[in-house]
Amino acid sequence: MRDLRPANVIDLRNTQDSGAGADLFPLTVEDLTYQAGGTVLIKGIDLTLGAGGVTVIMGPNGAGKSLLLRLLHGLLEPSGGWIAWGGQPLDDAIRRRQAMVFQRAVMLRRSVAANIDFVLRLRGRADPARRREILEHAGLADRAEQPARLLSGGEQQRLALARALATEPDVLFMDEPTSNLDPASTLVIEDITKAARDRGTKIVFITHDMGQARRLADDVVFMHRGKVLEHSPAAAFFNQPASAEAGDYMAGKIIL
Amino acid sequence: MQDFGEAFFTAFSLLFSFDADLMEVIGLSLRVSLTALLVAGLIGLSIGALLAVTRFPGRGVALVVVNSMMGLPPVVVGLIIYMLLSNAGPLGFLGLLYTPTAMIIAQAVLILPIIAALSRQVIEDLHNEYADQFRSFCVPTGRMMAELLWDARYSLLTVMLAGLGRAMAEVGAVIIVGGNINHLTRVMTTTIALETSKGDLALALGLGVVLLTIALTINAAVMGLNATAKRQAYA
Ligand SMILES: Nc1ncnc2c1ncn2[C@@H]1O[C@H](COP(=O)(O)OP(=O)(O)OP(=O)(O)O)[C@@H](O)[C@H]1O
Ligand SMILES: [Mg+2]
Repeated sequence: MRDLRPANVIDLRNTQDSGAGADLFPLTVEDLTYQAGGTVLIKGIDLTLGAGGVTVIMGPNGAGKSLLLRLLHGLLEPSGGWIAWGGQPLDDAIRRRQAMVFQRAVMLRRSVAANIDFVLRLRGRADPARRREILEHAGLADRAEQPARLLSGGEQQRLALARALATEPDVLFMDEPTSNLDPASTLVIEDITKAARDRGTKIVFITHDMGQARRLADDVVFMHRGKVLEHSPAAAFFNQPASAEAGDYMAGKIIL
Repeated sequence: MQDFGEAFFTAFSLLFSFDADLMEVIGLSLRVSLTALLVAGLIGLSIGALLAVTRFPGRGVALVVVNSMMGLPPVVVGLIIYMLLSNAGPLGFLGLLYTPTAMIIAQAVLILPIIAALSRQVIEDLHNEYADQFRSFCVPTGRMMAELLWDARYSLLTVMLAGLGRAMAEVGAVIIVGGNINHLTRVMTTTIALETSKGDLALALGLGVVLLTIALTINAAVMGLNATAKRQAYA
């Protein structure tokens, strides 16, 4: 049994223990494995994440980034190992304090406003004033009555982010939320994400976009072939990655 | 046999004079089939939604059963309901045989599997798209079913109209359990069958025209719904 104490946790809280989600941290992952179709896809991951800030997960296609995020959020059941949020195993009470934005936004077949109302009602406080505030924050106030599925890709992703944030999550997972967006829409998503981070929400963000990673990351997790090769503070990672694979990946070399 | 043209003429004059007997038959037809649709819709959509979002042992068997029951022959349904409702049957004490209620039961049983099977498919397709997002939000199962039913509303209305079409058009089940009793259990299809065999083609034809009109209206409604749904990207 490894020592579970968060000895070398990178803790990025600006204000100590004031964050509402502080009790969920550290997130400790121990020897996490996941297999499907007879293949081991996540191969014994150990990872510790501290409260607050933005953790960026990077790595080549098929490295297992999305799988790891789904495992952390409880969308997938691990085949082995441990995930503990502040020492607690993942349960629905903890999952309700998390939210996720997917690579392709899932829009309910309703108006923009109704997409927000759906989560407000789900968390027990449907409130038109609050909805308006949320839509304004996402720059979608003038689209409230429009069918959500007729929004542009960028607007859909903004709505998906606003809807996720409407649950006031302590942890927000984002799986390549801007991979299909233009630079302007990407920056809007990043700004909303940073605002959420500043309010104390822990962000775990997957991206292939090096510029975006540099803009957002407080710490970087680099994955390759179902393993975490390194977890470093952002400055150190971008300056001099510890693993050769991460260096090659950032230099644009093909790594196998 | 009456002259073909004459039959048409009489048919339309019956229709446009709102002949009392004709209106009674049309009224009962609508009442029976719409009530059957309501009953089968409530149960069928619930079963469809449940089968779509839950996983349990024996689900595969349940799907096969529901799907194959879509093709139940109306006369067989009629026969089974007849046996249940007849004096000697287990539900004979209710005294429902040869009443409109018996016909409602028969039509509801006939279209229940259609509504359940088709709605299951519609809701499951939608659920596949929503599942991760719903799981991410921790939406409870009952709530999930309700939200899916709402978001699939256009497709489900189409399913309901398919059920209504089938109920309105069938003759085998209602003639067995209703008995085609004048002023009591006579609906459009059973009247057409009876009048045709009696040689009174005018009345039969008049009813045929009404049935066709209803079928066309239902189809137009389905197309209109689909167009609306597409326009709003809700399809
Ligand atoms: N259900 C599954 N069955 C079999 N293989 C799977 C399954 N889900 C994912 N995989 C495989 O697991 C590997 C990791 O997938 P994952 O989606 O986590 O990659 P990723 O790091 O997110 O890649 P990308 O950058 O392309 O999004 C891939 O090779 C994928 O094909
Ligand atoms: Mg991925």
